[in-house]
Amino acid sequence: MTQHTPTSPQRQMTGAEIFVRSLIEEKVDIVFGYPGGAVIGIYDALHDISDITHILTRHEQGAVHAAEGYAKASGKPGVALVTSGPGATNTVTGIADAYMDSIPIVVFTGQVALKLIGNDAFQEADIVGITRPITKHNYLVRDVNELAATIREAFYVATTGRPGPVLVDLPKDVMATKTVFSYPKTVKMRSYVPHTEGHQKQLDKAIALIEKSKRPVLYVGGGTILSNAAEELTKFARKTNIPVTTTLHGLGAFPESDELSMGMLGMHGTWYSNTAVNYCDLLIAVGARFDDRVTGKTDAFAPEAKKIHIDIDPSNISKNVKVDVPIVGDVKKVLQQLLPQVTALDTKDWIQTIKNWKEEHPLRYKNGKYIRMQHVIQTISEVTKGNAVMVSDVGQHQMWMAQFYRYIHPRTHLTSGGLGTMGFSLPAAMGAAFARKDLPIISMSGDGGIQMNLQELATIREHNVPVKILIMNNGYLGMVRQWQELFWRKRYSHVEMFGPDYVKLAAAYGIPGFRATLTEEVDDIVKKMFEIEGPVIVEFKVVKEENVYPMIPAGQTYHEIIDVPNEQTVPVNDEQETDLSLVTITKG
Amino acid sequence: MSTTTETPVDQSAHKHTISVLLENKFGALNRVAGMFSAKGYNLESITVGPTEDSSVSRMTIVTRGDDAIIEQIIKQLNKLIDTLKVVDLTYDSFMERELALIKIGTTPDNRSEIMQIVEIFQGKIIDISHKTVTVEATGSGQKVDAIIKMLKPFHIKEIARTGRVALKREFVGEA
Repeated sequence: MTQHTPTSPQRQMTGAEIFVRSLIEEKVDIVFGYPGGAVIGIYDALHDISDITHILTRHEQGAVHAAEGYAKASGKPGVALVTSGPGATNTVTGIADAYMDSIPIVVFTGQVALKLIGNDAFQEADIVGITRPITKHNYLVRDVNELAATIREAFYVATTGRPGPVLVDLPKDVMATKTVFSYPKTVKMRSYVPHTEGHQKQLDKAIALIEKSKRPVLYVGGGTILSNAAEELTKFARKTNIPVTTTLHGLGAFPESDELSMGMLGMHGTWYSNTAVNYCDLLIAVGARFDDRVTGKTDAFAPEAKKIHIDIDPSNISKNVKVDVPIVGDVKKVLQQLLPQVTALDTKDWIQTIKNWKEEHPLRYKNGKYIRMQHVIQTISEVTKGNAVMVSDVGQHQMWMAQFYRYIHPRTHLTSGGLGTMGFSLPAAMGAAFARKDLPIISMSGDGGIQMNLQELATIREHNVPVKILIMNNGYLGMVRQWQELFWRKRYSHVEMFGPDYVKLAAAYGIPGFRATLTEEVDDIVKKMFEIEGPVIVEFKVVKEENVYPMIPAGQTYHEIIDVPNEQTVPVNDEQETDLSLVTITKG
Repeated sequence: MSTTTETPVDQSAHKHTISVLLENKFGALNRVAGMFSAKGYNLESITVGPTEDSSVSRMTIVTRGDDAIIEQIIKQLNKLIDTLKVVDLTYDSFMERELALIKIGTTPDNRSEIMQIVEIFQGKIIDISHKTVTVEATGSGQKVDAIIKMLKPFHIKEIARTGRVALKREFVGEA
C-alpha cells in the first residue's frame, strides 16, 4: 500500500505572510505603522521584506495622517498598520478625516483572536463597529482563506468611485493560520459597480446651458484633483473662456497664474470669486459638494445661476443645493466627453467685469515691522513659484495659505478641509515627503495645531524627512479668537496659550531650528530653510490679533461679506505699529 | 428581526416603504440602521430576513420624509457597499403585511366577544389559558392598528409587533 501524503503545489503561508505578499501585489511600497501584541506576527513577517518600507510613527494618528499625506500627494493609496484596541482607536480621527476628504487609504488593524472577540479581552475594541460611519467600507477577516480577496477588495473600494478610507480588521489567530496564497487578479463585486461615464443626455443638457450662458463660472472642487483631471479642467476652462474659482481642496486644479483664475471661494474666499458666483448665470460645479463653508446660506448661493453638477457620488447631487443638470460620473471622464462638444464662449465682458472687481477688491493686508503670516506665505510663494507641496493645518494660517500662495499644480496643496483636524499638517507633510521627493515639502501649523502631533518630530528626525516645519506662533488659537472678537463681544475664552521654546525643542530632537520675530528677517530665514537639506523648524513670532478677511460669516449670504477693512489696526506685541504699508495680491 | 420606533415627525412628510436587497453579510443591518441614525433620518420600522437566495437579505424600511429627504435616503442606501438594489415601493402597487401577537386578559364573560372580533379581522387564536387568549393578526399596518384598537377595551397584557414586509405587486388589475 502506498501512503498518500497530501502534497500542495504551493507552499502554505500564514495569514501574516499572505498579508505582506498581498501588499506587495498591490504595489504598496510604504506602510506607516505602529506594532503591538495583536500584530506582532504581521511585524515578524514584515521583518524580512525589502519591497516595503515601514515607517514607525510615534502615534497611530500620525500613521493615518501620514498615509493620507502620502495618498494626497501621490494619488496612490496610503497604508497604515496598527495594533488592536488603543492602536485601533487612535486611528479614528485620521480615518474620519480621510472619509470627509475622500482620501484613498487602507487601514489595517490588529484584533484579538476570534474566540476572544466580545470577551473584553486585553486590547480589544470593536473597531469595525466604531469606524462603520467613518469608513467607505470595513471588514473583519474571519477566515484566512478570505484574507487575500478581502485585501484586494479593500484597495479596490478605497481607490475607485468616490475614494475613501477602508479598514480591515485582522484577528491574531487568523493571521497565524496557514493556507495557500493566491491573489485574485480582478475584483468583481455585484453590489459595488461605480460608473464613471457621464450620460450623453445629461451632457447635452449641460452643453445647451453652457452655450446660452453669458456669465458662467466653474466651481472646482477636490474631486477634480482626486480624479487626476486638472489637465482636462484647464483645457475646458481655456477652451470655453469660463472663469474658475476653486474650493479649498480644489486649489491646484487650475493654475492661479491664469487670467481666468479667481482663487478660492467661500467663507474666506476672494471678494471677486464670491461676487462672480453671486452674479453668475451659470455655475458649473466640478467635483465639488456644495459644502456649507462654500455656500453659506444655501438658498441664497448663486441665486441667479442655473447649476450643472459633475460628481461621481450620486448622493452629493442636490444634497445641499438643488441643481438643474446633474452629471454623475468621474470628473476626468466627463470632462473628456465634454471637451470635444463645447465651443468657445464670448465672455470678454464678463471677464473684464471680474478683472475690475479684482482691481477694486484684491486680497490685501497691512505689512509692518512685525511679521504677518500673509507675508511669510507670500514670500514662500514667490520663492517656490508653485513648485512645492504646501501642507497646512487648521485655522487662520490655513486660510491665508489658501489665499496668499499661488497654486499652479495639482496635489501641491494638502489640508484637512472637511473634518478640520488640528495636528494634520506635520504627519501629513511627512507622508507627502515620501511620495514627492522632487519637491520641497512645507508643513505649516499654528502654535495650537503643532502641539497636537508634535511626537512625529522624532519620526521626521529619525528618517531625516526633508519637511520644512513652519510654526506660526501668535500665542492664540487664532481662528477661535477671531470669532470671539467678531461674534462673541471679544470675550477671549481659553484661546490664549503657552507654548514651548520651539528652537530649543528643535534642538532636543536634533533638528535645525530658527526663530524670526521681525518682518525684515523673513527673506533670509526662508532662504536659509531651503538651503538646509533635511528637516528644519522655523518659528515665526507673528502679530497676535490679525484677522482673516474677506469673510462671509457662517450661514450668511454673499451680501453679508466683510471685505478686508481699510483701517485694520492690529495690536502687536503691546506696541502699536504706525509705519504700515498696504500689500495687495490678486489671483489670476 | 425588526424594530419599531416612534419619532416625532413632520406630518406633511410622506410615508415611504423602501425595499432593499443587500449582501447577507455580517453587520449589514447595522450599516443600514447606523446610516439612518447618523444622518438623522426617520425610521418607523425596519425588518430584515433572508430571501430565496441565501446570500441576499431583504430589508423593508418604512420611513417618512419630503421628496428631497427620500431622494437622499435612497442615494445613501445605494451608497452602502453591500447594497444590491433599492426600490421605493411607494409609487408602485405593492403588497404589505405586518404581524402582531396580542395577549389579552380574559374573563369567562368576554372571551366570546374577543373571539368574534378576531374572526372579523381574520385573525387566529393561537394560545388560550384560563385567564388569557393570544391573538395572531396579520395584514396591512392599518388593519393591525384596527384590531388592536378594537381589542383595547379589553385587558391587553402584551403586544409583540413586527415591522412591515413588502413586495411589489406583479399583477395590477382594476381596482
